Amino acid sequence: MACGHPRRDAAGWGRSVSGVVEIEEIARRIVESASASEGIEVRVSRSRETEVDILHGAVESLTVAGSEGITVRVVVDGRLGVASASSLDPEIVAAVVADARDNARFAEPDEFAGLATPAEVGEVRAADLDLWREDVLTTPTADKVAMALDLERALSGADPRVRGVESAGYGDSAVSSVLCSTTGIEARVRRTSVSMSASALAGPEDATQTGYGFTRGRAVADLDPDVVVADAVLRSTRLLGATQPTTQRLPVVLDPLVARSVISLWVSAMSAEPVQKGRSMFADRLGERIAPEFVDLVEDPTDPDAPGASPFDGEGVPTRRIDLVRAGVLSAFLHDVTTARRGGTVTTGSSLGSVPGARASSLRPGTRGQDEIVASLSIGLYVQSVSGLHSGTSTASGDFSVGATGLMIRDGAFAEPIREATIASTLPRMLLDLTEIGADRDWMRYGGASTLVIGEMTLSGS
Amino acid sequence: MIDDDVLQRTLGAALRTGGEFAEVFVEDRAGSSAALDDGRIEELGSSRRRGAGIRVVVGDTTGFAHTADLSEAGLREAAEAAASAASGGGGGTRTVALARRPAVPTHSVRELPDSIDKATKVDALRRADAVAREERAEGGAIQQVSASYADSVRHILIANSDGLLTGDEQVRTRFSVSCVVSGDTGLQTGSESPGRTVGWEMLEDFPPEEIARIAAQRALSKVHARPAPSGRFPVILKRGAGGVLFHEACGHGLEADLVARDASIFRGRVGERVASDLVTVVDDGRMAREWGALAIDDEGTPTQRNVLIRDGVLTDFMWDRLRARKEGRASSGNGRRERYDVLPMVRMTNTYLERGTTEPEDIIADTEYGVYCVALGGGQVDPATGDFVFGMTEAYLVEQGRITAPLRGAQLIGNGPEAMRAVDVVGNDFDTWTGMCGKSGQSVPVSSGQPTLRVAELTIGGTAA
Repeated sequence: MACGHPRRDAAGWGRSVSGVVEIEEIARRIVESASASEGIEVRVSRSRETEVDILHGAVESLTVAGSEGITVRVVVDGRLGVASASSLDPEIVAAVVADARDNARFAEPDEFAGLATPAEVGEVRAADLDLWREDVLTTPTADKVAMALDLERALSGADPRVRGVESAGYGDSAVSSVLCSTTGIEARVRRTSVSMSASALAGPEDATQTGYGFTRGRAVADLDPDVVVADAVLRSTRLLGATQPTTQRLPVVLDPLVARSVISLWVSAMSAEPVQKGRSMFADRLGERIAPEFVDLVEDPTDPDAPGASPFDGEGVPTRRIDLVRAGVLSAFLHDVTTARRGGTVTTGSSLGSVPGARASSLRPGTRGQDEIVASLSIGLYVQSVSGLHSGTSTASGDFSVGATGLMIRDGAFAEPIREATIASTLPRMLLDLTEIGADRDWMRYGGASTLVIGEMTLSGS
Repeated sequence: MIDDDVLQRTLGAALRTGGEFAEVFVEDRAGSSAALDDGRIEELGSSRRRGAGIRVVVGDTTGFAHTADLSEAGLREAAEAAASAASGGGGGTRTVALARRPAVPTHSVRELPDSIDKATKVDALRRADAVAREERAEGGAIQQVSASYADSVRHILIANSDGLLTGDEQVRTRFSVSCVVSGDTGLQTGSESPGRTVGWEMLEDFPPEEIARIAAQRALSKVHARPAPSGRFPVILKRGAGGVLFHEACGHGLEADLVARDASIFRGRVGERVASDLVTVVDDGRMAREWGALAIDDEGTPTQRNVLIRDGVLTDFMWDRLRARKEGRASSGNGRRERYDVLPMVRMTNTYLERGTTEPEDIIADTEYGVYCVALGGGQVDPATGDFVFGMTEAYLVEQGRITAPLRGAQLIGNGPEAMRAVDVVGNDFDTWTGMCGKSGQSVPVSSGQPTLRVAELTIGGTAA
C-alpha cells in the first residue's frame, strides 16, 4: 500500500497542517488491515471553521471550531457496504470499519460495483491546483469579526430605503482530506474557502422586499465587501412597490444567481446514474441536439477559478474537463467507475462519493453584457430570484415551475417590479429556447453563471 | 454519556470570563440505511455522529465552539474557546449546581432499530419493489422503482448554567418508495415517504407494500397528465400534505428569531386578524409518533402544544430560550438544532390546521372550476415579504364539482396572510405529512397536517394558457 508516505505532489501538499499526518495514518492503518478478499477505500478529513453572524450592529454569534470525518467503503464479492462518522475517536473509527464490513454482507452483488483502480485512471494526471490560502488561518479572528461588523454597518447606512439588515456575516473553512484504497488509489486535497454575505430589508413593514449580496474566494484578501453592499441595496430597493403581474407568455432574462440553479438542474440530469436508471430527461439523447448551436456546457473541476475545483474526485480519480454539450449537441455524461463499467465506457473523474455529478459546470459566455441584453428586448421578464426549486422541478419529468421575483422589461428598460408570480416551462424546453448567454460570468459554489435569456416561458399571476 | 461532575466543571470553565448563560449540548446519533434501485439492493450504510456543542452568552453575543472529543480535556478546551469567542468582560468563578430533570416521553417505542436484523430491513425493500412493479394503469406501466429505508437513534444530553440537566433518546424510522413511469409526454414520477418517531413497528401502520402502491399509483396517475392551468384559481387541498401551506404561509413567519430580525410579516401583529375565522393553526411538539414529536427540544425545554392562530387571530409566536429570555417569558419548546456542531434556533415541530365541520366530498362538489391537490412536495417562503410557494406532486382539475384530468407538476404561490384569509371551507377529516424543514443551512424533521380544505384563490404556475 503506497498510501501514507507524504510526498510533494502536485497539490502542494508539502506544508503540513496540524492533523494532516494523523489523517493519513488513520487511513493507511485501515487500508492495511484489509483481508485478501476485501477492497477497502477510506476517506478522512479535518477542517477548521470560523463563522461570525452580526445582528443589529453587534456580534450575534461567533464560532471557531474544528470538524473531522471518516467514510469507509468496503467491497466483498461485488457487494458494497458503507459507513461514516463525524469523529476520529479510535473506538468510533473501529466501529465504522466494522459497520462497513457488516453492511457489505447484505448488499446484492453488482458486477460493476467496486473501487477505482489505477488502470481505470490510465494516463490522466491530477491537475496542479493550489486551492489553499494561508491567510484564512493566519488572519486573527478579531479581524474577521471587524470585517463582518463593518459590512453590516456599511449596509445599514447605504440607502435611506434600506430599513434594516436581516443578516450579515463572514464564514471560512480550511479542509484537508485524504483518500486511499487497497487498489492503490491515493488522493490528497486541501482547500480553503471564504465568504461574506448580507441580506437587506427595504421598504415599509407591510411591503418589505429583501435583497441578497455575497462575495467569495479562497483567501480573506479575495473578499470585496463593497460588492455585497451594492448588490444587497440594488436587489432589495429595485423590487419596492412590486405587484402581481398578469398571466402571459414572454421572454425571460435570468439573473446569474438564478441561471446557476437552472444550469445545476440541467447538469444533474447528465449524470450517468439517473441516465442509466431511466430517471433522466436526457436519457436517450446522447449525440442529439438539445440546445442551440451557440451553447457549450462544460464541467471542469480543474479550473482554479471554480469554487468547487478539485484535482481528484470522490473516488480519488483525477478530474478533467468534460464537454457535456458542444455546439448544442449532448456529447457526454458524467461517470464514476461504477457507471462507466455499467455503460462500457471510462470514468470521467466525476464521482461525488457514491454517485457521479458535477462540481464546476458552466456555459461558455457570450458577447453582450446584461445591460445590452436588456436594452435589446421590447418585452420580457427579468428574474432576480426564484423559490421552490426543490418542490417545483424534476429532472425526470422535466417539469419546471418556480416562484419568481423580478422586474418587467419594457422597451429596453427595467419597468415595474413584480412578485407573487411563477415562471414555468420544462427544463428541456428551456435549453432549446435559450436565445442568449451573457458575457458576464460569476463563480458560485457549484460553478459559473451568466445572465441567460430564454425565448419564452409562462408567467403566471392574476 | 458524560459524568455530572465533568459537566459541572465544563460549565464552570465556560463561565470563567463572565457570561449570563452557558450550555453544554452532547449528541450521539447512530443511523442506518438501505437502498434498493433498479431491482437490486445497492448499498447499506451506517453513520455515527458524536460530539458536544458549547455556547456561552454574554449580553447579545453567543460564543460557540464544538468538539468531537468528549474527554474532560476536550470539553474544557471547547468551553474556553466558546467563552473567549463571547468575549466576556467580568469574570470570577461560578459553580453551577445541576438538578436532573427527566424528559417526559410523548409515546413509547417498541422495536429499536438495533434489534432488527439487516436481512429483515432489506426484505422490506424487496417486498415494496415487487408490489410497485406490479401496479398498472391504462396506458402506463412502472418503469423504474427505487426504495429506501432509514432509521436513527439520537441520544442528547443538555446541561446549562440555570442548573438544568436533562436528556432524551429519540428514535426515527422512515420508509420511501419512488416510481417512474413513461407517459404521453415523457417520464413522470410519484413517491411516498412516511416517517414516524418510533422503531420498526412503524411498518405495521405503514406497510411497505402499501407505500409502494401509493407511490406507483401517484406516478401512474400522471401518465396522461396535461399541463396545469396558469393564473388564479380555487385550490382544494386533500387532507395531509397540504399542511405545507401553513408551514410556509405562517409557520416560518411566526418563529420569534425571524420576528426579532424584523424579517417577518407578522411582526407586531399579535392580537390581529391574519386569517379567516375558520383557521386555527397549532404547533405541537407532543403529537405522539409524528415526525416532529419530541419530549424536549434541543435546549432541554419540554415541548408543548402552542396555538399560534386561533379562529383567524394571531395569538403567539414560537420561542427558543434566548429569544424568550429577551422578552422575559418562557420558551415554548421550539429551540432545535440539526446537530451538535451548529447553534439552535426557533424551529417548528408538528404544525397543523385544526379540523372543521364540512364533509370533504362536499368541498369538491361545491367547486365550479379549480384544482384538487392530493399530494404536495414541499415549499419555500420569504418570511419578510410573506410570499410562499409549494409544489403539487399529484393534482387534478376540478370542473363543475367533479375531479377530471390529472395535471403535471406545478408550483402554487401565495402570500401568507392573504392565502390564510382566503381559506373558505375546512373539512372534518385530518392527516399529516412527513417532511424535512430547512432554515439557515440546518435541516430538522417536522410534520405538517390539515383537514381537506379549500383556498378561494391561489396562483397556479402551470404552462397551460
